Amino acid sequence: MVERSLAKRAAPHLFLILAIVIFLAPIWVAFVASTQTLPDILAAPMSLLPGTHFVENYVRALVHGSDNLGASALTMLENSLIMALGIAVGKIAVSLLAAFAIVYFDFRLRKFCFWTIIVTLMLPVEIRIMPTYKVVADLHMLDSYWGLILPMIVSATAVFLFRQFFMSVPREIAEASQIDGSSPMEFFRRILLPMTRTPIAAMFVIQFIYGWNQYLWPLLITTKQSYYTLLIGINRMLAVADAQVEWQIVMATTLIAMIPPVLVVLFMQRQFVSGMTDTEK
Amino acid sequence: MAKQYEFSSRRLPYLLVLPQMAIVFVFFFWPAIQAVWQSLYIQDAFGLSMIFVGLSNYVRLFKDPSYINSLFISFAFAAVVAFSAMTLALFLAVQANRRIRGAAFYKTMLVWPYAMATLVAGVLWLFLFSPNVGIIAYFLKHSLGIDWNHLLRAGQAFLLVSIAASWKQVSYNFVFFLAGLQNVPAALVEAAAIDGASPFRRFWSVVFPLLSPTTFYLLVMNLVYAFFETFPIIHQVTEGGPGQATNILVYRVYKDGVINLDLGASSAESVILMLIVIGLTVLQFRFVERKVTY
Amino acid sequence: MKRLVIALAAFALLCGTAFAEPVTIEFWHAMGGKNGDVTQAIIDKFNASQSDYKVVGVFKGSYADTMNAGIAAFRAGQPPAILQVYEVGTATMMSAKGAIVPVYKLMQEEGQSFDPHEFIPAISGYYSTSSGQMLSMPFNSSTAVMYYNKDAFRKAGLDPNKPPKTWPEVFADARKLKAAGYQGGLTSNWFGWIQLENFSAWHNVPFGTKSNGFDGFDTRLVFNGPLQLRHLTNLYNLSKEGVFIYGGRDNAANSLFTSGQVPIHFESIGGYGAMKSTCKFDFGVAMLPYYPDVKGAPQNSIIGGASLWVMAKQSQAQYKAVAAFLTFLSKPDIQSYFHEQTGYLPVTLAAYKLTKEQGYYKDNPGLEVAIQQLNNKTPTPNSRGIRFGYMPQIRTICDEQWESILGGKETVKQGLDNMVRLGNELLRKFEQIAQ
Repeated sequence: MVERSLAKRAAPHLFLILAIVIFLAPIWVAFVASTQTLPDILAAPMSLLPGTHFVENYVRALVHGSDNLGASALTMLENSLIMALGIAVGKIAVSLLAAFAIVYFDFRLRKFCFWTIIVTLMLPVEIRIMPTYKVVADLHMLDSYWGLILPMIVSATAVFLFRQFFMSVPREIAEASQIDGSSPMEFFRRILLPMTRTPIAAMFVIQFIYGWNQYLWPLLITTKQSYYTLLIGINRMLAVADAQVEWQIVMATTLIAMIPPVLVVLFMQRQFVSGMTDTEK
Repeated sequence: MAKQYEFSSRRLPYLLVLPQMAIVFVFFFWPAIQAVWQSLYIQDAFGLSMIFVGLSNYVRLFKDPSYINSLFISFAFAAVVAFSAMTLALFLAVQANRRIRGAAFYKTMLVWPYAMATLVAGVLWLFLFSPNVGIIAYFLKHSLGIDWNHLLRAGQAFLLVSIAASWKQVSYNFVFFLAGLQNVPAALVEAAAIDGASPFRRFWSVVFPLLSPTTFYLLVMNLVYAFFETFPIIHQVTEGGPGQATNILVYRVYKDGVINLDLGASSAESVILMLIVIGLTVLQFRFVERKVTY
Repeated sequence: MKRLVIALAAFALLCGTAFAEPVTIEFWHAMGGKNGDVTQAIIDKFNASQSDYKVVGVFKGSYADTMNAGIAAFRAGQPPAILQVYEVGTATMMSAKGAIVPVYKLMQEEGQSFDPHEFIPAISGYYSTSSGQMLSMPFNSSTAVMYYNKDAFRKAGLDPNKPPKTWPEVFADARKLKAAGYQGGLTSNWFGWIQLENFSAWHNVPFGTKSNGFDGFDTRLVFNGPLQLRHLTNLYNLSKEGVFIYGGRDNAANSLFTSGQVPIHFESIGGYGAMKSTCKFDFGVAMLPYYPDVKGAPQNSIIGGASLWVMAKQSQAQYKAVAAFLTFLSKPDIQSYFHEQTGYLPVTLAAYKLTKEQGYYKDNPGLEVAIQQLNNKTPTPNSRGIRFGYMPQIRTICDEQWESILGGKETVKQGLDNMVRLGNELLRKFEQIAQ
């Protein structure tokens, strides 16, 4: 055990607490703003203590939304949720099936499929937005949940993680299940999947956050207010022409937008951390 | 590797990979091919008139000082964000790795920012620095005499988006660095201590080299983050300005495609970005994934 | 049994003809918030006024989003019947001959009585060919005006009922206001549209060759002339004095005015409604200032806003519906209603007259100022409007260069010359692909 004076022992605590304060400070300011009235905010500097309009502002944000936006935070919450869950569940389902095939079957296109999927790591949506937009428009999927979800559903990381995990499962189990007369799909459903619980949970956290925080893609393909997600709503509230930005509603909506993914991370922190660090290897 | 047991179905594997492959082709490869194809044409917005121009769109880009500026700004931005987010995260991970009380609490409090959207980071910092209503902007102006106006001062705009982008990314790096540090065998560090090495030397000669796979992986991921996932910050906070100070490549692709309806330029810019990503990903695979064993 | 069946069949047939489906057309627009409500109200009025046609209004987001959506829909083979496109998209739309149906042609074919002379010249001229054929239907038109804070004027010892008429007077007043303790003297929205495009038109100097692009795609930008250089240099010097405050792009400078910090502001008349509801002080609207030593100034200002384009690939019956709807839109009472509710300008002379007769301008004199400014003189080739390809990009270039100038990165002359040079490169590209 190496030498530790009081100063040296206090130092890590100080730094960590300082870091936490720096992380929380902007959020605190946003929270304060979400409890004030707009004139209070506009009369800079805004106070650093919460105001008294918490209920009023949040109710207005949830039920009615900012003026000129045309979408309430509740609607947008619903859309963000559908999109995030759709992407997470979709990715996991599709990746599980693909990883299962690649690991447990010897078929001619096996290597081709694997590498094709991995290559998609090199094609983030930002570099193919215009042609993908056209494909989605041609399929008449603009302003729809399918359009929001489908193009986001491939995950090379999920396939990779599941493949790795499947390969670490002793093959004798698979062989035994065949001898018992089960079909491959029965093996998949009854034996393999339950074993894969932890990687699935890890992927769920990561992909839910990924899906929830999508911005550029929904920005492009949703123009109907009924399809606005929370992040798009925040952007549109800040981009009003000929009107005043309603900062207090923007901040309330921003905080609402933060809560679900933060909760997911907090409650599933263990799986999340293991999922992230395992995919690195 | 010994031959592993595998199922003998003929058609089942194809059915299983079908959903993934279908989506990959329809929403990834087909648009990517289209982007390459369209980068060889100039066309009007409606696609009614398409003129083949070969590599002229690319030549135009590289002759355009504003595009060269964007290249430079993007790499500079990526370097700044990667460096600051990584050094801060490494420092915090080292602190959190010490056997101190409340380590789990600190860890939780530093991990949750990962869940924030980049847009949220941008909006929060925009609000703090808004020249008219931001409290930090007010403080700078009235207590330090600094006239903050990121709508006009290029350096300030660059600083603001860098802060917002790095702030959010520290959490991601922290998780990986902490995991990496926890994999460093304590025996090695203590052996160095016994040999008389100072804590500083112990870190740089023993721990940091062992962290290098993590560091390299994070470097690539941070660069990709700064290139692509920071779009919401630029879109919301500066729109590429003032002047061209924050006009990163990915923002140009959006601006030229969606607002300016210049599909040839947008496609060429997309293809160039594609090549940059491929370069980064190949780098990552060669140096990091090499270590994969079963 | 057989008689029952025949009776039922006859009844069904009757029902069918009595409740024949109206011909439905889609109208994609970018009118959100209050303007969207007003637009929808007009659509509802049209639908209620007859039973042959039904218009379905769809809000598609910002102007850029709406245009994108319309183009994507066209490429997918299903464009809406009517698409609202902002004024900077005019060149793109009119050069897409296979995608649009010019309004004058549609109206001719449908036999609608349609006289372009009923329209306010500065408005319809923007969307017509040089020979007066209307390509798209003006819908929401605005123009640039000067807003000023009357309370601030009083405080600085200036006469609130005599706003400055010339630029030298504006600069002098702005300096006085700054001296009276305000954060700045003047600011402006939409730098390119107001301080370059409208500025040039108001002084009857060309913005580009070929009647500002109306007469051909082989046009060149020429707005880096001595007058514009003089004007931008004046603004630049004022910004060094802290009298001119830059508020950001587009309409970001609004908050500088509405918060009371900067008492003179240049903005679209389309923002009048928002000003009324947000400004807690007494404000006025005045005509754009001019340089008195420039011959021909003041001329007339040019419009902003958007127009309605008729898209291709509709059925004959649908085109009948479009023609009927467009005729409905230009009725004086409908125009007057839209004008009074939104702050956008009436498009026909009859609507202007009707609104005036109703006494609306007594309470809202600012709106009449805008119309008078548009009607100030008969438009010349320099003031009918502008028509350039890649205009959104050109405006961005102007914003960027202006920011560089204000930031001291280049001289005013360098910045102006860059705007023109870079813009011309884009125009040459557009010329290549325009049919």
